[in-house]
Amino acid sequence: MMLLDRIDWSMFSNNARYWAEGLGLSLALCVLSAVLGGFILGTILAMLRLSRYAIWRTIIVAYVNLMRSTPFLMVLFWFYFLIPLLVKMVSGSSGGINAFYSVLIAFSLFEGAYFSEIIRSGIQAVSEGQIQAAQALGLTVWQRYRWVVLPQAFSKMLPILLTQCIILFQDTSVVYVVGLADFMTTTKRIVERDGRIVEGYLFAATVYFLISFLASKAVDTLKKRHSR
Amino acid sequence: MLDFSFLLDPTGVEEGVRYLDWVIQGLKWTLLVSIVAWCIAVCIGIWVGVGRTLPPKPIFKLVRGLCTAYVECFRNIPLLLQLFLWFYVLPEVLPVAWGNWLKQDLRHVVPWTSFFAEYVFATWGLGLYTAARVAEQIRAGIESVSAGQGQAAQSLGMSLLQRYRFVLLPQSIRLVWPVLTSECLSLFKNSSLALTIGLLELTAQTRQIADYTFRTFEIFLVSTCVYVLISLSVTWGMRAIERAIQPKWSRS
Repeated sequence: MMLLDRIDWSMFSNNARYWAEGLGLSLALCVLSAVLGGFILGTILAMLRLSRYAIWRTIIVAYVNLMRSTPFLMVLFWFYFLIPLLVKMVSGSSGGINAFYSVLIAFSLFEGAYFSEIIRSGIQAVSEGQIQAAQALGLTVWQRYRWVVLPQAFSKMLPILLTQCIILFQDTSVVYVVGLADFMTTTKRIVERDGRIVEGYLFAATVYFLISFLASKAVDTLKKRHSR
Repeated sequence: MLDFSFLLDPTGVEEGVRYLDWVIQGLKWTLLVSIVAWCIAVCIGIWVGVGRTLPPKPIFKLVRGLCTAYVECFRNIPLLLQLFLWFYVLPEVLPVAWGNWLKQDLRHVVPWTSFFAEYVFATWGLGLYTAARVAEQIRAGIESVSAGQGQAAQSLGMSLLQRYRFVLLPQSIRLVWPVLTSECLSLFKNSSLALTIGLLELTAQTRQIADYTFRTFEIFLVSTCVYVLISLSVTWGMRAIERAIQPKWSRS
């Protein structure tokens, strides 16, 4: 009870707007990199990984293994200083690039490697007979993927992919190290300005917990409905 | 174009210390954090995982509930925030004397470093976080060992402890070993987050060297190679153990 009495509730009402903006940025980053990197890039990587050309397979295996054996912080720092350099080289202007886009690109490329492994196992779980039937109908490779393999793979893999998205949401807190104003960075700034360490961090933990916990319960329900 | 000779240059901050020594010091912290945190994660993870699979009897209800709560708490809060909770919040909510000890005296416990407090919190935080994930894998492993195994052991008159020790755990650990390998790798990679509470591990040293020398590309290349090499060695090592713990009849 002593702890509750010591809480300064005004810090929440005063800073609600900043926290909401920070949370918005975290969610936007999570959704955009899940869609661009996870689902789109992940599918492309998985398909190339299963390509009949050895050169593609080698490149993708190397890329995925490189991403999976490097800490995300390293990848983030790489892109944080490389992308502005590349933009400068291409466009010639030294105006630089919005930090959000650097981070988004880093997240997308990094998560693409993780999602591609999940999607690949989903593709490989589609039964051989389905593919042979599609071949017998004269479908091209693209048509096979588009109409037969991918729909089945995705419906099977959806719960795992969504769980990965929840992990991704938690991982977005890492952008704190480059100072992008997501929920985590906003919390740190408010906490330091107001000097209310305990309340600030516990509040942030509660918010992250509730979002991730409820989302994972929703995924569980989806999984149960799927298996029925 | 690429020039790595700066690694042998003196840093100018401490006498006789080269940039290469900073890399080595960083690597030392990364490995120290990872190894000790992995031991914590496995020790706690196995107990929590076992706790969640205890038979549905009223006496175990509390244990099962506590273990589930542990896993849910540690899985649903970002690791970065967990490190902050341990490092910044814990000393504030403890009784004042304990909090002061954590904040001031802990870092002087060992004479050879001034980063001991950061090290302890990073290792502890990382270990507890990974323990929740290890527990989930262990639980999945125990649940996928066929129910007949447990029943057979029970009918042989084995106690609950003996059933887990001699029948359920050995089989389930073998089953989930590949997943444990990837948890071990994530722990190693996550150790870079220790820089957020001020531990100068490999990633932090890399950034510091980049700031001092402006050789950003080269030093990041070096560190990335170090991370990749260690990840590969961990994978190989875990695979070797995986082969060694397979029962003789299933070895090919």
